[in-house]
Amino acid sequence: MLYLDPHIRQLMLEDAMQAFPDECCGFFYGEEINDKRYIKSMLIVENAQIGDKRRRFEISPKDYLRAEEYAEEQGLQLLGVYHSHPNSPAFPSEQDRQAAQPFFSYIIMSIYERGRNNLLSWRLNDQFQFESEEVLEASAIA
Amino acid sequence: MATVIIPTPLRKFTDNESRLSTPAANVAEALQDLAIRFPNLKKHLLDDQGQIRGFLNIFVGDADIRDLALEQTPISADAVLSIVPAIAGGRQ
Repeated sequence: MLYLDPHIRQLMLEDAMQAFPDECCGFFYGEEINDKRYIKSMLIVENAQIGDKRRRFEISPKDYLRAEEYAEEQGLQLLGVYHSHPNSPAFPSEQDRQAAQPFFSYIIMSIYERGRNNLLSWRLNDQFQFESEEVLEASAIA
Repeated sequence: MATVIIPTPLRKFTDNESRLSTPAANVAEALQDLAIRFPNLKKHLLDDQGQIRGFLNIFVGDADIRDLALEQTPISADAVLSIVPAIAGGRQ
């Protein structure tokens, strides 16, 4: 279960809208307590995909290593990756599944030209398949 | 002994250790060493043919082993080997 601060959710959506029609990507950080993940910070990362960024994203190894360093500096856990699906549902594709890592939460945002959007989160199970992960507003923590 | 840096998503298989030491002399031996010590980690490092899984990059120092000698890249006692997940994907 993910607890997402509305401000961070807004920043992710703004990144997705700014990148539109390309895909955006980045990391998010926080704490995991009893299987509940509290997202406290995020890091926008360049989509390093060479070629069509409207249907693919890639994060460079250098940016990945920097993201791990940022977690250590902040005393937070690197909890996952977000990216957008422009004009497409927030469901993971086969490309998403093949590249997915265990443990990480994968937030996917669907973004449409007319401003409609949706945000869902997914996690890989032991059979390398995605399972939906509930996303709640951080204000619901209490 | 060389140091291996474990990325966050794989630490649940290494008892949450982020840095491990290995006496291995090259990258292949280092990965085999980890696979033996942490059996649940193995399928996340190596495929059914024993090759390094796709979507996983291995760096020795700042260099990608694809630019060196791949799995046969030697590692010295003071080397730092980083396992770096390739983060990628996209819509259908």
